[in-house]
Amino acid sequence: MQDLGINVLFQGNNFLRLCLGLWVTLRIALISMGLSIPLGLLVGILMNVPQKLVKGICRVYLEIVRIMPQLVLLFLVYFGMSKNFGINLQGETAAVIVFTFWGTAEIGDLIRSALISIPKHQYESGYGLGLTKMQVYVYVIVPQIFRRMLPVAINLLTRMIKTTSLVVLIGVVEVVKVGKQIIDASRYTTPTAALWIYGVIFLMYFVICYVFSKVAGRLEKNLKY
Amino acid sequence: MDFEFIIRYIPLYIEAAKLTLTLASAGIALSIVVGFVCSLILYKRVPVLSWLVNAYIELSRNTPLLIQLFFLYFGLPKLGISISSVGCAIIGLTFQGGSYMEEAFRAGLESVPTIQSESGASLGLTGLQVFRYVILPQAISTCIPAFCANIIFLIKETSVFSVVALEDLMFVAKDLIGIYYKTDEALFMLVIAYLIILLPISVFCTWLERRVRYAGFGN
Repeated sequence: MQDLGINVLFQGNNFLRLCLGLWVTLRIALISMGLSIPLGLLVGILMNVPQKLVKGICRVYLEIVRIMPQLVLLFLVYFGMSKNFGINLQGETAAVIVFTFWGTAEIGDLIRSALISIPKHQYESGYGLGLTKMQVYVYVIVPQIFRRMLPVAINLLTRMIKTTSLVVLIGVVEVVKVGKQIIDASRYTTPTAALWIYGVIFLMYFVICYVFSKVAGRLEKNLKY
Repeated sequence: MDFEFIIRYIPLYIEAAKLTLTLASAGIALSIVVGFVCSLILYKRVPVLSWLVNAYIELSRNTPLLIQLFFLYFGLPKLGISISSVGCAIIGLTFQGGSYMEEAFRAGLESVPTIQSESGASLGLTGLQVFRYVILPQAISTCIPAFCANIIFLIKETSVFSVVALEDLMFVAKDLIGIYYKTDEALFMLVIAYLIILLPISVFCTWLERRVRYAGFGN
């Protein structure tokens, strides 16, 4: 019987290597997400500032993120930086920069709409109690936004995990790259390796994102008030 | 910035943009069809099919297009199923886009209050007529914003087509960087190309969203 390509997964530490590769993409997504939340909060608050100039800048920023494919942004940062400023970014750093740039805009926009959705009397009661503007934000508004934002933020995280698969194209050694290496190494011994390796990577992404989106769905139901 | 270089390679970008746009429109058109059919199946709660549709949606929404393309293009041929690059691109985009369109359509369909179909039925319309004249027009106008966002999202997703050896915009830019080391020029044109394609669509969508924002229907 012909060799079933699935064996290639269990040869040596191939499966472990794939998992480590997946961890690289996950790490990029998690770090970017961690950075995006505080920055997004700031941008979201800025977007509600009455000054026209600040609003305009935020608007342009949002449009750029909305229109440019993430891969283009990755190329811009990865190749552009090294050419123009002589800064040789590692692929991973470039990826974190781009995904933070993207995530900040998304979270900022969500926060902006969440801020609008908070009833006015919440602010007014805060002021009425003699809190300063800063205190109102920290103790009254942000905790409420946090609850509304949690499911949406998790959804964004799954999108970010999916999009981090692009980093293989700027030379980061992550799960797809490791997969390619394994396929190349076993080209003669198991020619059907590609099917299994890419299939497994496909499922790995599915499992991770599925879990996160289920958690988000559950939270959305539970946090309703 | 070397403008002569830019002018010399404009035709290359135009070709690439044409390819990107052709594939994107084919993929989007098919995903609208898939999305519509799937949303109908879920809306009508067709027994076995809705289970299948649900599985498809979860699978498609929770995996990146890049990996889907890798699997289609490099994995499937090992099973004896060879699909051309163009085929992979369109199948991949439809697979990904179908579920997003489905979500948009279904949200639209479900936002129409039941009282609307009941009123339709009490006027003596058949089920099909109620759907065609009462539910659908209202559903479509509600789902237009999500729909537009999906179209922009899908066009952006086409930027990964270069992995299945298609000479799209990303591919051309990468090539020019690789061959001539004209990084700035190649990237500049890449950004401009995407701006030319996506900015009008984005502006049009914003306009359309404002147009279709009617007062609530019978809420």
